[in-house]
Formats: sequence, structure tokens, C-alpha cells
Amino acid sequence: MQGITKNDLIIRIGGEGGEGVISVGDFITQACARAGLDVYTFKTFPAEIKGGYAMYQVRASTERVYNQGDIFDVLCAFNGDAYNNNRAFLKPGTAIVYDSPSDFTPDIPEGVHAYPIPMTQTAKEMNNPRAKNMVAMGALSVLFNIPIESLREVLTTKFARKGEDVVKGNLAALERGRELAAALKKTDPWTIGVPKSKKEVIVMSGNNAIGLGAMIAGLDFFSAYPITPATEVAIYVAKHLPKRGGTLIQAEDEIASISQVLGASYAGKKAMTSTSGPGLALMGEMLGMAFMAELPCVVVDVQRGGPSTGLPTKHEQSDLFMAIHGGHGDAGRIVLSVENVKDCIDLTVVAFNLAEKYQCPVLLLSDGSLAFSTQSIPCPNPDDYKLVERKRWDGEGEYQRYKFTEDGISPMVDPGTPGGLHIATGLEHNESGLPSYTSANHEAMQDKRFSKLKNVVNDIAPAEVDAAQGAGMADLGLIAWGSTIGVVREALQRLRAEGYNVKGFYPKLLNPLPAQQFEDFGASCKRLLLPEVNFLGQLAHFVRAETSLRPESYTICGGMPFTPEMIVNKVKEILA
Amino acid sequence: MNAILQPHQHFNKVDFKPKDYKDEKTPSFWCAGCGHYGVLTGLLRALAELGVDPNHLVSVSGIGCSSRLPYFVNSYKMHTLHGRAGPVATGVHLARPDLAVVVTGGDGDGFSIGGGHMPHLARKNINITYILMDNHVYGLTKGQCSPTSREEMKAAVTPYGGMEEPLDPILYMLTYGATYVAQAFAGNAKLGAQLIKEGMEHKGFSFINLLSQCPSFNELDTALSFRSACDQVDTAHDISDRNAAMQVVNKAKQEGRIPTGLLYKSERPALHERMAELVKRVGGTKDYDLRKIIDLARP
Repeated sequence: MQGITKNDLIIRIGGEGGEGVISVGDFITQACARAGLDVYTFKTFPAEIKGGYAMYQVRASTERVYNQGDIFDVLCAFNGDAYNNNRAFLKPGTAIVYDSPSDFTPDIPEGVHAYPIPMTQTAKEMNNPRAKNMVAMGALSVLFNIPIESLREVLTTKFARKGEDVVKGNLAALERGRELAAALKKTDPWTIGVPKSKKEVIVMSGNNAIGLGAMIAGLDFFSAYPITPATEVAIYVAKHLPKRGGTLIQAEDEIASISQVLGASYAGKKAMTSTSGPGLALMGEMLGMAFMAELPCVVVDVQRGGPSTGLPTKHEQSDLFMAIHGGHGDAGRIVLSVENVKDCIDLTVVAFNLAEKYQCPVLLLSDGSLAFSTQSIPCPNPDDYKLVERKRWDGEGEYQRYKFTEDGISPMVDPGTPGGLHIATGLEHNESGLPSYTSANHEAMQDKRFSKLKNVVNDIAPAEVDAAQGAGMADLGLIAWGSTIGVVREALQRLRAEGYNVKGFYPKLLNPLPAQQFEDFGASCKRLLLPEVNFLGQLAHFVRAETSLRPESYTICGGMPFTPEMIVNKVKEILA
Repeated sequence: MNAILQPHQHFNKVDFKPKDYKDEKTPSFWCAGCGHYGVLTGLLRALAELGVDPNHLVSVSGIGCSSRLPYFVNSYKMHTLHGRAGPVATGVHLARPDLAVVVTGGDGDGFSIGGGHMPHLARKNINITYILMDNHVYGLTKGQCSPTSREEMKAAVTPYGGMEEPLDPILYMLTYGATYVAQAFAGNAKLGAQLIKEGMEHKGFSFINLLSQCPSFNELDTALSFRSACDQVDTAHDISDRNAAMQVVNKAKQEGRIPTGLLYKSERPALHERMAELVKRVGGTKDYDLRKIIDLARP
């Protein structure tokens, strides 16, 4: 566990789906955040509905955490499956808390600190078999110093609506678990650090944060079709959008979703849909229409393992090709990608602003691990966000929907406006919107629609360059996108601590690609490495196509994100 | 909250003749003798009778000969993708329930490529009017069998004759739960106008099948054959009885006849009304303080 301080602890809880694994993870996460610790969680669950192995990993730290970490320091195994699934990751120094007596007897490897706790048995003795997870959590709280006051508060709040008996029963099981653990001799070095201060934070998943961001942006209309791992965006919006008087509809398929979104957009409303790769594939034709008819819309793609049905619950960053170029004809889109939960809020607002300003589809790429990862982030203030509304016709003169203008942006008009009658069509059209197939017109209109996108780069913060103060030419520069950025951040910190001269570059706008920013970064590095979670090296492909840079690809596609350790090792191998 | 928004607030607002609803900017598109001219005439008459404010009218179509119709109507309009007029119109309507929304499209557009959307327009009772311009053939691609083509039709891709049973759009819409279902021969613009007008006044999803001859690619269904096969539905027919409507259609089919007029009409809340009730129930307002939602995520 070299290089990891005791203040930055990773606890993995594993068990059978339905045993309360997710609840324990959530409670620990909430308690740590409440006490002022930074948290970053990571979950995997089976694609099946019932049973199967479920895992919830909480990383809590007194410092800022950027990713799920390398591997756990503490394993809490509810059953034999959980133990066996993680057996290979146990190293000297790892602590394991497990159910004993139980249906499994672990062979504890040399140097691993073992804490048998009678979870099932104790819960049964207390006539509360479902509280097995509370016994486990009580034990964990004693052994690793999980903020107990916060934990009790969180439990009490959570179970309050189920009645006082439920609160008492769970608290009692928690305390019993604490007693059981206190009777054991602690042999491992791990405890969660004491937070410096409480902070104004919220704890959210990536999917919920996208929903919140949309509402901050002024979302009026939402349509989606259920799909893993994006459905939670719709669930969150469905719950809260009616409070703002907005409209949500579950469509019959993704084609209908994007069609409804474009209809609502034509009617003057801010509209969005959320989906995953298979759904985005179905939307391709209508996204071409959105570009052609210049209709603002926001499309969220929470990427999952592909191709085809692929690995529905697993992590991958493999929809970039489709996001940028999926669809027939020359069609443009703005493509953004999010690094973390905070981005899910902030860049969703940006996505709406860009859609409204440039009257085109804006795709926001998230991914499977971020979808369900809960993170503590500073509490957002809705008033801090600048919102953009589409340019609307001033009512002067004769209205032409697709009028040629200097910046390529033609004022829109809402139905109901006198003098604004016009047609939005997927056919090539003239300034009035009427069909026109002359070569001069088609070339002029394509130029109008594409040239307006040239300014997008000026409307979004430049890609962050991650470099030590006064760093000159780096031996290696790492380019990363999506949630891989958080992994690279930590890897670079560790590498610099060991004396490596390395830099990072973190673009969030992926189309139109900010080529000059890439060139500038490339000019400050001797070599470039681009780690991404897909087979083909999709961003690397675009970088090679649109800049003079030739980054080396480092790709994995095993359904899991990179770990900082993987990046560190790769960099060391390259610079050896 | 205010009363639920309905398109009716924009009816009887102008004193227009049918020709005033005609957009003359686009030149005529259809062949001489095409039944779609009758559909257009009927629609323009209906709009004039309703006196609907064109600024609050949205015409939506997909792709096909019939889907060019919005170009000829003075209104806001969308010419969208093949099969997608229904969901696009749903979006326009739900975003702005005060707008009158009319969809026009062909049998291939509505019941082949767009067939997956039709059940949902009907069962959700979307408050739009869908005019199917049913000529039993694909015209714009120059004569292929459509889902309503006669089995015996010889067409471009079925040179030895078709092999498939045609579907009956009316039976489908009755089954899917449409709350207003009517049929007419497009050449009978008077009846067409009456049915479209009533359909637009109806709260909920109205479906009007207008049988329209294609003189260029369908020799089996001519203006004459349509006209002579049409029978106005019996005055004794109970329009509130869905089974009776199905029986009327099935009986006529067996006799090689086509029942016309209003076949079925019922009342149930339209989706936008239910959505408005939900917003009312949760006290929804544009000024709702988002901090209340954000606070829910505090640990």
C-alpha cells in the first residue's frame, strides 16, 4: 500500500444483491460527507434483477479525491462469493472483515488482517435478521474510525419514516456490531482521517447531477426511453420537473424521444433526452434533422460497454465516434464530456447554453462508472450559473428563418408569433425555409451551419493543463477525457512526487476539437500518451486526424475504469 | 394554476376563407388527378370553418407525397423524417398545449416505418389531429406496395403480384384506443372538411383516414372505385360503441364496401390534461426554488 496515506481509505463492501450492501455503502458515504470528508464511490452490480454479486466501494479522504482509487484497503465480505471475487486483491496489509460463522471459511493470506464478525448470527439473535448489514457497519465504524455521530444521524434520518421501532432496531444492531469489533485486537494500520472542517456539500450520483444541471439550465421538456445505465437521469427529472411546471414523457422508443424533443424545441422550449449507446444509435437520423433544421437540443449519452447489447452495466468510453459522426451526410454536433459529478451539473448547463446559442444538437457524454458513482461536491448555487436563451426574432421586417448572418446564427421565432410563420424542414432549404436544391444554395447553407460552430471553442473554458509550477518541457504529456481524467490527475501527482516530469491535458469540448489548444499542449511535451477505455483509441484517432500530434494510445476495455496505479506503471514503462 | 391550455382558445379568431389558409409560396407538387388535392381542400375548408388563428396552428408531416401538404398551409409547420411526424407533433403539442396541431401523412409513413408510434399517440390520447392520406401505395418512390395495398397489386418491387394481407388503419386505431376515428373519400371534400373540423374540436387523439387515389402508381384504387365503394355509415350506428364500429368496418370489408363518416368518438382525459393535473397536484411553478431540490442531496 505504498504511497497511500491512512487518511485516504478505501472500503469495499461485497455481498449478494439484496443483502444491504448498497445501503451500507450509502450510509458510510453519507456519514463521511456529513463529517466533512471527501468521498468518491464506485459500484458494480449484476445485469440481472435478482441475486448475484453486488459491490460498493467507498473512498473517503481528508484531501480531495478524484477517482475510485487503486484497490481497497478494507474488504467487508458478507458472503463467500464476495470473498472469492476479491481474494486475488488481498495483499499484505489489507484488512478483511467477514461474516463468521457463515457458509464460508476464508483462507486468510499471509499478512492480511482478519476480523471475523458474527454478522448473520448476531442479527438473528436480535430477532432482526435483515440488520446483518448494520452489525457489519457497526464493526467497520469501530475498526476504521468511520465518523460514528454522523453515521447515527444518517441512520436515524433515513429510517425515521419507517417508524421509531425500525430506527431503534437498526441502531441497536449497529451498536452490537461496535461492541463485537471493540472486543477484537486491531492489528492493521488503517483508520479514516479526521476531517479538517465540515463543508457545505451535497452528495450525488452522476446521473442525478445531470438531471439537476438540466433543471438549473431551465429544462422545460424531457423525453426518454428506459435504458441502462442512463435511466436514473429520467427518474430524477421525473420526480422534480413537475415542481417547475415542466413536462416529462416516457416515449415508446428513442426515435420517438428525440422526435418529441425536437418538436418541443421548435415550440420554443428547452428540451433534452438521455440515453445510452444503443439509444443514441437510433437517434442518428433525427440528430441530422436537428442540425439541418437548426433546432436546439441536448442529448445525454451515458456510455456503456458495446458494441450491440454489449456489457449493459459496465464502464466504457466507446461512443465518441458515434457522438461526433454518427449519422448520414455531413452533419455537425457539439460534443462535451464530463469528468466527475460536479461536471455533470456544470457541463449540462453549458450544453443547454450552447444548444440555445448555436441552434444545434449538443451531446453530453457521461459513462457507466460515473452514472452511479456518488461524490461529495460543493453545494451548487443556482444563481451562480449564467443561462443563455436562443436568439429570437425582433419582429422587424419580413421574417426569414434561415437568414444568412455574419455569425451564421439566424433568429428563431416561437409558434404563436404573428409574422413568423415558417417551416422547419429536413430538406435543404433557402433562407425562407423553402426547399432549394441548387448547388450554390446547398454549399452556402452547409457553410452557414458549420461556420457558426467555429466560435464554440470561445464559449467554453480552455482545456485544463495539469502541470507543476514552472514546469518546462515535459518528458511525457497525458491527454485524457471523461472520468479517466480523475484517474490521470492522481497518477500525475504520484509520478511528480517520485520526480517524474509529466503533464496532463483535460479537454471537455471534444467536437469541434479545440485543435490549437491540443497543439499548444503537444508543443510542451516530448511524447504524448492518451489513455481511454475503448478498444479503438477513439479520441486518439480524432487527435491524429485534426492536429499534427501523434499521441500513443493506451486502451483498455474490460468493463472497468483505469486505476491510478495502471497509469503510473504505464508512464514508468514508457519513460524507463 | 390557470385553466388547462387547449387549442380551442384560438378558434373563431379570424374570418378567413379557405383560400386564405392556402400558402401559395410553394408550387404545386402533386400529379394531376391526385386525391391529395381533395385532402388539402377539405383541410382548408375545415380551418376556415374553425376560424383558427394560423399563428397558433402547427402542421407537421413526415416523408412522402402526402407529407408535402404542410407547405401548402398558412401556419407554423414542420416537415420532418419518414415515419416520425407523430412523435414530433407530440413534442410540439405537449410543449405548447395551446397550439392546434395537425399531422398529415401517408399510409407507408404512418403504418409502415412509423407504425411503432401509432399505438402510443392513440393510447396516450395525444390532443392532435392525424389525417392519414391513404392511397394504398408508395408514390414518391414511384410505386411500391404499402401496408394498405391490395394483395393482388403488381408494383415495382412486386412484379409478380403482392403476397401480403393489407392492414386496415381504422381497425388498428380503434384497437389502439383512439378517441375519434373517422373515414372519408378524399374526393368528398365536404365530408372530409366536416370530419377534420370535428376532429380538431375533439379533445384527445383524432384520427381521420382519407382514401386518396394515386393516378400515377395505383391502378386498382381509382377515384371512381373509391367513390363508388363508399357508404355513409348508418345513422343508427352508435358512435360511442367501439365494438359496433369494428363490426361496421368488418361487415363492409366482407362486402367490398368502405364505411365513411364518424365511426367512433369517446371522451377521456388527454395526456396534456393529466400532466397539467400532476403539475397542479405538486404545486408546480416556473419560480420553484431549486435550492429545495438541491437541499435533498445534503448528506
